[in-house]
Amino acid sequence: MVSASLEVELARDLLAGKEEAFDRFVETFRTKIFQYSYLMCGHREDAEEVSQETLLRVFESFGQLREPERVKSWVFRIARNACLMKRRKSVFAPAQELSLEQFLPRADHEGGEIRLQIADWSALPDTQVLRGELRQVLNQAIAELPEIYRSVMLLRDVEELTTDETAEVLEVSTEVVKTRLHRARLAVRQKLDDYLRPAPREEAPAARK
Amino acid sequence: MHPESSNPSKECQEMFALLSQYLDEELPPETCEQIRSHISGCAPCVEFVNSLKRSIELVRNIEREEQPAPLPAAIREELKAAYKKMLSVRRGAPAGC
Ligand SMILES: [Zn+2]
Repeated sequence: MVSASLEVELARDLLAGKEEAFDRFVETFRTKIFQYSYLMCGHREDAEEVSQETLLRVFESFGQLREPERVKSWVFRIARNACLMKRRKSVFAPAQELSLEQFLPRADHEGGEIRLQIADWSALPDTQVLRGELRQVLNQAIAELPEIYRSVMLLRDVEELTTDETAEVLEVSTEVVKTRLHRARLAVRQKLDDYLRPAPREEAPAARK
Repeated sequence: MHPESSNPSKECQEMFALLSQYLDEELPPETCEQIRSHISGCAPCVEFVNSLKRSIELVRNIEREEQPAPLPAAIREELKAAYKKMLSVRRGAPAGC
């Protein structure tokens, strides 16, 4: 393993009673927790509360952190539980499974040929993405994911936790993390595709037999 | 209506379930190679993988302009007190388990 991350060192220092690590720990994790819970809960006030509550729980129970290497997943697990306590109906709709099949590329029939409808928008420049509508679409796509998928995507792709760390936070197997992450990504891809794909020329009568 | 006729090939579908793991380099080398060689010869798969990859990048770079409000001094004190209390309990605890 390479050198321990900043978070791990801060956790070690805190456990060793080095109080000077306190402020840095608070600042490092507060921003992380806030941004994560903002995307999880969708409400600014909730996210502020969650980050304070999480830090309080963290400091109260810091002695229970047996392995400082796992500080990140430990903190995120507390944060996620705090988010779930705030669950608002709109954001935490009843668990809904996303199936793989629903994201299979659709095919249409063009002159007898099966043609997959996939728009090549992968070359889309960042500048176009970061401004305006598309950003909304992306945020919306994430917000609309059922919670079990959203939490995996936020931890893996946004917070960049490893598969193992994410499994620890969510208390599920790594296989479950991989499956859910894939479906979450497919769902987001689908929403972006719906938005970015040029409208079909005309609705041809379904000539399938 | 007729899955065999309107869906991508069976091979594409098998790849489909593994694309995230493929992009995350979490697959055994043989499977990875198998997918790579399928994709290189399959235009729809190339486009699909590219757009999936692009979607992941967009999520990774999602703009997090929202910053938390400054931490109120009273809360900071509360956190610090919780930390100190935890330390004193820890120090007072008998050694070993
Ligand atoms: Zn294919």
